[in-house]
Amino acid sequence: MTFKGRVFKYGANVDTDAIIPARYLNMHDPQELADHCMEDIDVNFVKNVKKGDIIVAGANFGCGSSREHAPLAIKAAGISCVIAKSFARIFFRNAINIGLPLLECEEAETQISDGDIVEVDLVTGTINNLTTGKSLKAKPYPDFMMEIVNAGGLVEYTRKKLAGMR
Amino acid sequence: MGKTLSEKILSAKSGLDVKAGEIIISPVDLVFVQDTTGPLTVRQFKAGRNQTLANPARSAIFIDHSSPSPNRALSNDHLFLRQFAAETGCLLFDTGNGVCHQLVAEKLANPGEVVVGADSHTVTAGGLCAFATGMGSSDIAVAWSLGKTWLRVPEAFSIRVTGMFSRGVGAKDLILHLIGMIGADGATYKALEFCGDTIDRMPMTQRLTIANMAVEAGAKVGLFPSDKITQEYLKRQGRRDKYKPLQPDTDAIYERTIDIDASKLEPTVAKPHTVDNTSLANNLKDVRINQAFIGTCTNGRLEDIAEAAAILKGKKVSEGVRLLVCPASRSIMLQANRAGYTNVIIEAGGLILPPGCAACLGLHQGVLGDGEVCISTANRNFKGRMGNPEGLIYLASTATAAASAITGHITDPREVL
Repeated sequence: MTFKGRVFKYGANVDTDAIIPARYLNMHDPQELADHCMEDIDVNFVKNVKKGDIIVAGANFGCGSSREHAPLAIKAAGISCVIAKSFARIFFRNAINIGLPLLECEEAETQISDGDIVEVDLVTGTINNLTTGKSLKAKPYPDFMMEIVNAGGLVEYTRKKLAGMR
Repeated sequence: MGKTLSEKILSAKSGLDVKAGEIIISPVDLVFVQDTTGPLTVRQFKAGRNQTLANPARSAIFIDHSSPSPNRALSNDHLFLRQFAAETGCLLFDTGNGVCHQLVAEKLANPGEVVVGADSHTVTAGGLCAFATGMGSSDIAVAWSLGKTWLRVPEAFSIRVTGMFSRGVGAKDLILHLIGMIGADGATYKALEFCGDTIDRMPMTQRLTIANMAVEAGAKVGLFPSDKITQEYLKRQGRRDKYKPLQPDTDAIYERTIDIDASKLEPTVAKPHTVDNTSLANNLKDVRINQAFIGTCTNGRLEDIAEAAAILKGKKVSEGVRLLVCPASRSIMLQANRAGYTNVIIEAGGLILPPGCAACLGLHQGVLGDGEVCISTANRNFKGRMGNPEGLIYLASTATAAASAITGHITDPREVL
């Protein structure tokens, strides 16, 4: 699975209120959520994001609330994957569960700039910065989570499991 | 080899001898949602095509985050949740009952249980020695459906607190100090396990305050031992039979041990826009406030309302400051009324809000205006948290918030005590 896109770069501690403010949590359509993604910290994100683009951030991306609306909004905005120094625990699980790929990479914060074009191979964890020519390595996905991702998310995964139990 | 509290609880639950780092499937004792995460959870549950809850009597819906509803869309979300509760027979705590985490502590969670909720502050029940953690809607939908979930047994930090708090300093200052020290991601994926003589003496209300904010350091759970104080609390709440003592083994392996001397702590404040951006209240005297908010799952308990009333008695809220006080549950509100605390607060110029999340997450009742400053006893000061990205939120203890309401600027409560 490979992705290529333009980078939107953010700092450390991008919280779930920044990703999708609580005032939009009653919206049910992921596309409606996407229309407000990041708006309190970057009004240009929604205007400029294109399908396949990539978010790169510092430590503790997705900290704060348990709202699954946060990865849903990012995914529906067209973002193909999020690369960060580290992720908050609940956000990490939520993103896997709804099928938004995440990559943990220590160097991404310093080696990738806003607007760079980056190519990502999810299986090998290789990140190629096509703008600078540098290649970075991310932590590979834990096997357990790859199973959920391959099933198309947790609900699909469970539906299959339940079908198997019957 | 000895076990941490996390390893003990998860070993007993899974029926395996588990160690930190292992991934297990654990039965869950309580699974809940609230009104911002609930509608998505119900939709995910229905998408799973299983229409029955594994355990309706231990599945709960709380209507607390925007309750009573401020608008038509949220009212319809509430209708949707009520209908689901009627269909499935799960517990429903409707408008006016209070904040989910307070009600979970008052009525539902017990030592040694595994509690999962679609709300990050589910960790609050760690004060009762429940392995309680927040998850997203898909995970909670699956836990509703199967009565179990997968968990990675976390490595633990031992937070050893010794000594007496000085006057005007307490649990909130301790947890803000700890988060300031280790950072907003200082304990990501870890368990925080509290011990030491300060913890042994600490009343349940303060244990819940500390456990509530474990997630603000990224932790998966914040656990307190189950001891005489837990036993007393459960007895008062009519759950005497649910008590069981639980302590970590003396030879348990902790990834890190952090020592804190409670006697050296001072009133501490988290400045905008991250919880680890801490400072002493004494250094923030120049910060003028427009609103003081006392309440929430962090500091909306009876002891908080009593402390606010004691500070406000015979005084007036500063001109131009709005003081909002919100008891975290119906039971707390009743007790605060009977004790006369709410009268004292109203006479001082404060406003009592109905039990619920109120101004904490900016959906209703106390949204900030552009450039306005709020001192809040809540657990989060993220940009936009109180409904406006141009608002500024400072987090503090109840004593600091009440003292600041009187002076009109951030105030070390020892100045007014």
